Amino acid sequence: MSAILPLFMAQCRRDLRLSLRRRGDVAQPILFAIMVITLFTLATSAEPKKLAELAPGIIWVAILLSSLLSLDSIYRSDFDDGSLEQMLMSPAPLSVLLGARILVHWVSTVLPLAILTPLFAQMLFLPTDLLIPLMVSLAIGTPLISLVGAVIAALTVGIRHSGMLLALLALPLYVPVLVFGAGSVVAASQGLPWLGAISLLGAGLVVAIVLAPVAAASAIKISLT
Amino acid sequence: MKALILWFNTTGSPPNFERFAARWIPVWFALAFVCLVAGTIGGLFMVPADAKQGEIFRIIYIHVPAAWMSLFVFIVMAIQAFIALVWRIKICELLTIASAHIGLIFTAITLITGSIWGKPTWGTWWTWDPRLTSELVLLFIYLGIIGLYNAIEDRRSAARAAAFLVLVGIINVPIVHFSVHWWNTLHQGETIRLVGESKMAGELMWPLIVMALATKFWFLGSVLKRTRAMNLEHEANKEWAKKLAGDKE
Repeated sequence: MSAILPLFMAQCRRDLRLSLRRRGDVAQPILFAIMVITLFTLATSAEPKKLAELAPGIIWVAILLSSLLSLDSIYRSDFDDGSLEQMLMSPAPLSVLLGARILVHWVSTVLPLAILTPLFAQMLFLPTDLLIPLMVSLAIGTPLISLVGAVIAALTVGIRHSGMLLALLALPLYVPVLVFGAGSVVAASQGLPWLGAISLLGAGLVVAIVLAPVAAASAIKISLT
Repeated sequence: MKALILWFNTTGSPPNFERFAARWIPVWFALAFVCLVAGTIGGLFMVPADAKQGEIFRIIYIHVPAAWMSLFVFIVMAIQAFIALVWRIKICELLTIASAHIGLIFTAITLITGSIWGKPTWGTWWTWDPRLTSELVLLFIYLGIIGLYNAIEDRRSAARAAAFLVLVGIINVPIVHFSVHWWNTLHQGETIRLVGESKMAGELMWPLIVMALATKFWFLGSVLKRTRAMNLEHEANKEWAKKLAGDKE
């Protein structure tokens, strides 16, 4: 039992080192999100008032799509070079290894997006007092996205062109996260209490932290055997 | 419990299932047919038109049973998926996949008949009512399950992956329903209420129950028939399947 934490840390260090060596990859989700936001403004209107109204939804959808595109990379390289199979065969519990993998993935691809949210909010003229609800909802909602996505990505890991399928499978599962995440900001903008939705997201996050690595591990076992 | 597991294992073996399905498919389809005829005649001709909605209300005799089935099939499918993953019973994997196809069709029927009913009654094909939205998400989940099954080449692991997704889905469906409900009340949208089942006049009720039974029987017959076909396809090279097909080799 006592060996689990060092194991977790070792896996985190390995994965962090790997993602540090490909520093350029970090910029891609950010650029993608900025592009989506730009496209939204071009497609709807440049009027600050209208944009401000749509901003929570647009930012949430942009970040959701951007992290959806990076889902595949959670296991892809490990699957391609065979280290995923080594993890599966090692005596260490797979769920702990995958938990570390998911955490690093979140830190390296989704967290930068969450940190840059004030910039996105500025682009869409979001009122400054809504920035805090938005940031809080993203801070709790995006790990949930990564955890749920990791379970689905584990199911599709053996499929070669899984991009579209992954989106089709993951998006219905993201509905509650999006509803509560963007909904809390909308509630705040209407002067309604917004912490309720955040608490529900938090509850979901706690459940997902416990269950998702275990579920991802059994999904990996299914798709690799 | 032991007897139940034994029953599962014996009936679950492919040749036994073949015999079991061959015996029961006509029974369920016959029952479904009788109920379907009775329910349709009752719903279309015998019960009086609704006081407020007129004749158009009769579509609920398809719509409501299909909506019930869209959820019922999901629950049945999840139970089968659980059995398939825990006890590794092969036939349950096939039953899960067969159920997914039927559930998808029932969900599609629900949405389509709902819009046909909605246009003259609400004046719109679609509204972002919580129930409609979660039914739509349910459709996507069904599609995802089937899509995943078709995307994986190895049939066995495809079925297991799909079964796993079913279990993820069954946790998700109530959460989606709840979240969408919360979202809709937040938006203060006009909540259009469907006809409450309990508020329905008694004399209009009986064809609905008959139709609900008909869809259940139909599901049983259909799921056995689909599973039987898949089972034979998978076992096509086995001795018993060849003998069954009259192969003289």
